Amino acid sequence: MAWLDTIIQGILLGGLYALFAAGLSLVFGIMRLVNLAHGDLIVLAAFLILMLVSALGLNPFAAALVAMPAMFAIGWALQFFLLNRTLGTDILPPLLVTFGLSIVIQNGLLEGFSADSRRISIGGLESASVALGPISVGVMPLLTLASAIAVIIGLNQLFYRTSLGRAFRATSDDPVTAGLMGIQPKRIFATATGIAMVVVTIAALYLGTRANFDPTIGPARLIYAFEAVIIGGLGSLWGTLAGGIVIGIAQTFGAAINPEWQILAGHLAFLLVLLVRPRGLFPRAVD
Amino acid sequence: MTDTAVTLWRVETKTKASATFAIVAGLIIVLAFAAPLFASRSVQQDLFFILTMLVLAQNWNLLAGYAGLVSVGQQAFVGFGAYAMFALVILGGLDPLIAILLAGIASALLAVPTAFFLFRLQGAYFAIGSWVIAEVVRLALAQWKMLGGGTGTSLPREATRDMPALKLVGDLFGVKSSGAGDILTYWLALLLAIATIGLVYRLLRSKQGLGLAAVRDNQEAARSVGVDARRMKTLVYLAAAFGTGLCGALIYVQKARISPDAAFSVVDWTAYVIFIVVIGGIGTIEGPIVGVIVFYILQNLLADYGSWYLLILGLIGIVIMLFAPRGLWGLFAERTGIQLFPVRRRLTGGPVPSSKKGGPHG
Amino acid sequence: MALLETKNLTARYGDFQALFGVDIALDQGETIAIIGANGAGKTTLMRSIAGILANLPDAVLFDGAEIGALPAPDIVARGIAMVPEGRKLFPSLSVEENLLIGRYGRAVEGYWRLDTVYDLFPILKERRHNPGTALSGGQQQMVAIGRALMSNPRVLLCDEISLGLAPVVIRDIYAAFPRIRQAGASIVVVEQDIGQALKVADRVYCMMEGRITLSGTPAVLTREKIHGAYFGVA
Repeated sequence: MAWLDTIIQGILLGGLYALFAAGLSLVFGIMRLVNLAHGDLIVLAAFLILMLVSALGLNPFAAALVAMPAMFAIGWALQFFLLNRTLGTDILPPLLVTFGLSIVIQNGLLEGFSADSRRISIGGLESASVALGPISVGVMPLLTLASAIAVIIGLNQLFYRTSLGRAFRATSDDPVTAGLMGIQPKRIFATATGIAMVVVTIAALYLGTRANFDPTIGPARLIYAFEAVIIGGLGSLWGTLAGGIVIGIAQTFGAAINPEWQILAGHLAFLLVLLVRPRGLFPRAVD
Repeated sequence: MTDTAVTLWRVETKTKASATFAIVAGLIIVLAFAAPLFASRSVQQDLFFILTMLVLAQNWNLLAGYAGLVSVGQQAFVGFGAYAMFALVILGGLDPLIAILLAGIASALLAVPTAFFLFRLQGAYFAIGSWVIAEVVRLALAQWKMLGGGTGTSLPREATRDMPALKLVGDLFGVKSSGAGDILTYWLALLLAIATIGLVYRLLRSKQGLGLAAVRDNQEAARSVGVDARRMKTLVYLAAAFGTGLCGALIYVQKARISPDAAFSVVDWTAYVIFIVVIGGIGTIEGPIVGVIVFYILQNLLADYGSWYLLILGLIGIVIMLFAPRGLWGLFAERTGIQLFPVRRRLTGGPVPSSKKGGPHG
Repeated sequence: MALLETKNLTARYGDFQALFGVDIALDQGETIAIIGANGAGKTTLMRSIAGILANLPDAVLFDGAEIGALPAPDIVARGIAMVPEGRKLFPSLSVEENLLIGRYGRAVEGYWRLDTVYDLFPILKERRHNPGTALSGGQQQMVAIGRALMSNPRVLLCDEISLGLAPVVIRDIYAAFPRIRQAGASIVVVEQDIGQALKVADRVYCMMEGRITLSGTPAVLTREKIHGAYFGVA
């Protein structure tokens, strides 16, 4: 029964990684931009939620709701005023600017909040669990996975059922012709990054309530997110969830053997997938 | 165009500035080797830091600026080189000097399997992939209990003290072994820096270097004229791994204490290096030299401000990338047309005087 | 006053000048054709009007307003829609989505809606859930025209819509034009097929090497005159 428990814990952990990855996947899908500061933006959102909780005494879930529009605005402005300038055929500017941004956010947070470990308290929910047959499952991990699934459904609806989603796909296909439709690619990109930051806020809520965090843990979250995206296959949000779950299961199995092997096992699973399925588990037919 | 003028055309890379610079550079090198005669130990240690950062920057610049391989995982090779050196000295009982060289080779060997994985990823994904590899190497070496596991270990004093080269230097300058150690590591860093710049310069002026520039500017076109992009990129990746690993080993001979977190630090060995190259000017040999000097000055100015220092460095990097993507050296070269390490082949002579205008590459 | 006018319009790509002071005018309700050989500057002219290439503000006038410097989305919003050369359907969008996105920048009420476009090109209704790029060339061209119509444009710019299509398909597509005119759009067509241009247009402009070399009604333009304006041997 222990291995079944390990698998379930891994799947639930995968939900968290899918949340980290969904925003990255969204932005890459629309503008082929890989934001190396993605992990640090998750940590930034976690600090924002923490501030709202401690300063206003809000419930963390309510604080996340308040943080969402703020993070949307940050993402919108970041893309519109900074990152749009880096888009083009040369891959150096977006990579180096977002790498610089990652360093700036990390050190800004260190300056503002110190290197201390923090946690967003959710009271009794922290240790609450439900019994799924013989397996006891934490309520928060379950909520995380449910949120990941909800986010992916929501993003897919947005993508395939709304006028904005059509504009996203059209701009991604061909920004010049999109302009002839009245679409302003720069605003579309800014909106996409804004939405990615809303997803980032949801990820931050679970990051901050489930474990300790400090300003320096962003890059590791970026790496998990990236691994989930690649394992799933570029451009597929459900693939990203599968990728997150692969990493999650690999990590819980690694940890079951030796706690020090948890992270390493996740990376090795990623390399293994890269070896046997370089285009990921669910590659898009056209790309 | 007249018939007589045709015979005067020549292809060359030398410029007037570069010829003058060659003489000045020769003088600087002689002066640099003589530095232990008049410079204090702390100056030598600073110079060691500058030179090793310069070597790392030249290697990263070769990767990103010339081969288009934007790695944010070069700390893999710094750390692996350093750990290989520690293993050879502590477990193999080798002389640290020999261990440094072997560590460079070990890093190049590590690059063979990592290239196999990484070259399946394109562009930005290559970047994060290289970071994953560095994490894997760090986490794996942290499991090596004989080298201290996660907490790390120190070089035994006798291993460095008993080096024959150290005795020689100590007798030469009449200093104790700790002082001699600083002189020796400084000289090695100087040698490594000169060799790195020399090799990069030679590579860029060679036929392979032209192929590399062609690949960077247009991969499809380069392939159509017979440049094997993948082979060139792999070669550059292996060479950079060798140089970076060698440098990592040298840095940790001087530090004499290692831990996985320090040896594989993305800030120390990649972020600083990227900022040095970006600020100085990516895609030129002069750029990293200018960058490392600016970096050293900034570090001294802002040393007391903790994380503000990195924050400001990050902001400067972003601003330069957006508004002067060729860096400080690029701005300077654009205004003056001066190139100290000319790699462009220019047509000179003939009826029309050759234009001096032009950026670091065309 | 003309509905759409270019005045001394010039365009260059770097060192290469593509247009040298082009003057054309389109009246309300009119259809004009622009003909010329490859490289004469016809597509550049269309791209300049549509806002893909920037110009001086007063180089293009629409309804009396200077629109030469406006970007493409603003031009669409004012009521000038373009069917680009090569159709340029969005591969990630279905036929119906390609049509719907035509309304993105100008969702004004008018004659053209999904059902009227489907009525104009019934085959599109059948294929509406297919990806746009899975259609035949002629059907793709119908999607591109329908997509431009969805914004209920006052001016429709059609760039080389018969390129690469079989004569019978071209005839089907041009058969839709009377109804497009009836619904209120003034039309500019760029054509290499002179016969087709003379048939559809009220007036014809002939371009060569970035200049207008001839213009007039189809009735007064003889084959010889056009031939001269085309190849510079008058």
